[in-house]
Amino acid sequence: MRARRRQRLIFVGVVLAGVAVATALVLMAIGENMLYFYSPSQIAAGEAPRGHDVRVGGLVVAGSVERSSGSLDVRFDLTDTSANVRVAYSGILPDLFREGQGIVALGRIGDDGVFRAREVLAKHDENYMPPEVAEALELAADGGTMPHPVKNSAGQGGGGKP
Amino acid sequence: MIRYLLPLGVFIALVALLGVGLRLNPREVPSPLVGKPLPEFRLAQLRNPTKTLSRADLGGRPVLLNAWATWCVECRREHGLLLAIARQGNIPVYGLNYKDNRPDALEWLRRLGDPYVASGFDGDGRVGIDMGVYGLPETFLIDARGIIVHKHIGALSSEIWERDFVPILERLSRGES
Amino acid sequence: MIPELGHFALIIALGVAVIQGVVPLLGAQRGVPEWMAVAVTASRAQFLFVLLAYACLTYAFVAKDFSVAYVAQNANADLPLFYRISAVWGAHEGSMLLWTLTLAGWSVAVSMASGALPMAFRARVLATMGLISCGFLLFMLLTSNPFERLLPAPQDGRDLNPLLQDPGMVIHPPMLYMGYVGLVVPFAFAVAALLGGRLDAAWTRWTRPWTTVAWVFLTVGITLGSWWAYNELGWGGWWFWDPVENASFMPWLVATALMHSLAVSEQRGAFKAWTVLLAIFGFSLSLLGTFLVRSGVLVSVHAFATDPARGVFILAFLALVVGGALTLFAWRASVISGGGSFRLMSRETLLLINNVLLVVACATVLLGTMYPLIIDALGLGKISVGPPYFDAVFAPLMLPLVFLIGIGPLTRWKGDHASRLVQLLRIAFVASLVAAGAIVVVTSGYSLLLLAALAMAIWTLASTAQGLIARMRGKRGAWKGVRALPRSFVGMTLAHLGVGVFIIGVAITSTFSTERDVRLGPGDSETLAGYRFQFQGVGEFPGPNYVARRAEVQVFRGERRVATLYPEKRRYPIQEQPMTEAAIDVGFTRDLYVALGEPLGDGSWAVRLYYKPLIRWIWFGPALMALGGLLAASDRRYRSGRRAERAAPVTDTGGALGAGVSGG
Repeated sequence: MRARRRQRLIFVGVVLAGVAVATALVLMAIGENMLYFYSPSQIAAGEAPRGHDVRVGGLVVAGSVERSSGSLDVRFDLTDTSANVRVAYSGILPDLFREGQGIVALGRIGDDGVFRAREVLAKHDENYMPPEVAEALELAADGGTMPHPVKNSAGQGGGGKP
Repeated sequence: MIRYLLPLGVFIALVALLGVGLRLNPREVPSPLVGKPLPEFRLAQLRNPTKTLSRADLGGRPVLLNAWATWCVECRREHGLLLAIARQGNIPVYGLNYKDNRPDALEWLRRLGDPYVASGFDGDGRVGIDMGVYGLPETFLIDARGIIVHKHIGALSSEIWERDFVPILERLSRGES
Repeated sequence: MIPELGHFALIIALGVAVIQGVVPLLGAQRGVPEWMAVAVTASRAQFLFVLLAYACLTYAFVAKDFSVAYVAQNANADLPLFYRISAVWGAHEGSMLLWTLTLAGWSVAVSMASGALPMAFRARVLATMGLISCGFLLFMLLTSNPFERLLPAPQDGRDLNPLLQDPGMVIHPPMLYMGYVGLVVPFAFAVAALLGGRLDAAWTRWTRPWTTVAWVFLTVGITLGSWWAYNELGWGGWWFWDPVENASFMPWLVATALMHSLAVSEQRGAFKAWTVLLAIFGFSLSLLGTFLVRSGVLVSVHAFATDPARGVFILAFLALVVGGALTLFAWRASVISGGGSFRLMSRETLLLINNVLLVVACATVLLGTMYPLIIDALGLGKISVGPPYFDAVFAPLMLPLVFLIGIGPLTRWKGDHASRLVQLLRIAFVASLVAAGAIVVVTSGYSLLLLAALAMAIWTLASTAQGLIARMRGKRGAWKGVRALPRSFVGMTLAHLGVGVFIIGVAITSTFSTERDVRLGPGDSETLAGYRFQFQGVGEFPGPNYVARRAEVQVFRGERRVATLYPEKRRYPIQEQPMTEAAIDVGFTRDLYVALGEPLGDGSWAVRLYYKPLIRWIWFGPALMALGGLLAASDRRYRSGRRAERAAPVTDTGGALGAGVSGG
């Protein structure tokens, strides 16, 4: 049964090598590429790290969007109803970016406290809000006396959107 | 054969994780405003634009405030129930016509019936945003002091009504008597 | 009336599926031929009823029956007929119906092509598929009935999501589902083999073409999805590592591994337990993908609207199906394992490494996709794992795999000598390094990853071509020589060439693409990568169910006008949703891509310009792979049922090229 043992050795060796390489790669990559999510309140309280990419989500405050005239720079406020954070972005905003909409911005907090976004993502339709945004709004409502959320399976409004 | 059981073990761990995940992300998000006073607002009424609807009009007794729009398919589903609730007369129903246009909205009420004592017309959706509306339909239960005591996202059904709204209503009326 | 008919047809289909799932299984266990024969009739009847239901839903869309809630949510009176038909699978309920129809379709295909299989085996395969059908029919009837009425009926519908109003999106889901669901066939074959306790060469010979065809559909579906995202999302990207994309990519990786391990099982009788496990994994990942997309546990740009009841149902179903199959595997795998022996330096070992790399890559994608959920479950915060993670992990795993493409097909089964392979391939190896180095220097795209990727891609092309030439040696005339080769070999060659083409496309596009967001007024121009984009202005154009603001952009290279592009900003009034419709000048060597941002007042617009070299190759490569898969699946030795009945001739002619052909 030497052939059999040799075969098993090859098998185990190859599998172990593959798993080891993958584990090493994953460990190297995942720490650097994790993006934490913060709410405007957390950023206002200084909980979010500076000099690190993070995501922030909330509703675009009505009337806060300012476009500069000569360039594609835009600034707006993001709120979770209890705190606001100022966001600066340069470039084209997504189709669904509107005042009052829930959006998620990816970027860093500048020294002046303004969030410099590299990417702005808008929610896809009226009936859907990014869950992080929803959760941020929920947490902002200092939960003390909040009754337990009612969970049920009723429809979420108008149907599925991919 | 332990090694043949390995995939099953890994899979069971995965299912457990997914099960936890399902519970973690309840789609039904409580409104940040539940337990807080309804925000101040003042809107032109839908039927009669010269009259206004404001927070003060809703005070003094428990009321329902239902955010709706003609473009919202789910709103149509719950419309019959709202009519029934209005007919029963235990609680007045007010409407918030959210991001809609007036002729469509009036036509909708004419065709399907109007359960609302009055509807505020919120064409640009600003009041809706103040109230934390983020998907239609939504129904707020507001007590006599103007505090939001319950909010439901999605279409109402009679089961939901009986289970979630009626007990609160009974509690409110007991508390007041 | 018609919608009720459809609903009723689904209920009957469920009844038939229960019969299909239970009776033949009992028949096979007790050896009752009449009970086993039920499988064929039942699978056909079930298909007819699901087809009827599907036709009813399509009719409701065509007839604009807005009293059906699903129609009202996904169509509109002004929606063109073409999109009304495709709107059937535009959202959750209808796409589940399409899924079930596809499953029933595969079931019928198996029932028709499996006449030569042993009766008990055939009965078990069809019964397994019937049981899975039960799950999906039950799921639809309990949680996602597409025929639900909405009374009183609205006058008009909510319209189809504008993102889905695109030809690419019309064919993408059916193709993807054909692939996803197609993996049920090897799964059912694996379960039947475990139940019967027999897994011989005939089994692999039967499983291979089905696996390959499912893989072809999956390849085409994923490619179309990527093409759609590129055309329609307006960001010029072709892959985002979004959970929904990953959900389709993971089964593809496992299916690719399965195809290769089936080659070993067929030719050498080895890796049997492993092959069965991969067959189970493939379909399990399809189900897992469905769960991830439908349950809403993961955040994705194109996740369907979610409902906790659905998530619970699919999770329970997933646990039942996969847990059942894996339990069966744990119980019976020792019966079917075993096989021919081989040495370290052999084609078996190389294919084993191929399998390990593919499965490990799949595991890293799974981990990256699930990681946010794990962190959330542990209460450590909300995170997301971005494309950089996947790029950093995936590329290093794929490069050795691609290197093996060059060696594997030329290596002999059982055992070979490294020196012979070095002798054979050294010229191709040096040539590809030199060619890649030359490209890097000429384009001055100095990056180690680019060099490695190009070298591997050219290596794939060169060594694959060398394998083809070696096989044709002695044959007269190139065309005649190719015609004389087995189709499975030609198919494999094409698919491997496709991998090379794809990698060149990815490497060049990701290194040399340039983009710019600019503010352009009428008459303004901007130069990008040697092309001058002149913005002429914006006009309004009405569409059937939208209004478009359409810009005209003329593109010049030097003085010569290369193209005139018309990017649009559409507004779909019913969904209140604006849509960016990018304009693309398509080319073999490069795409020019213009997308409109937003108006900035005074007639000027935010405009996004892209120059994307060789991006077409990213889709051309997979097209070659799919074509190769089709050729391999149509190989003569799979077509004659009689021959498959014979025990497979595990011949070893000594020449690797003579005996062994690993299709795809």
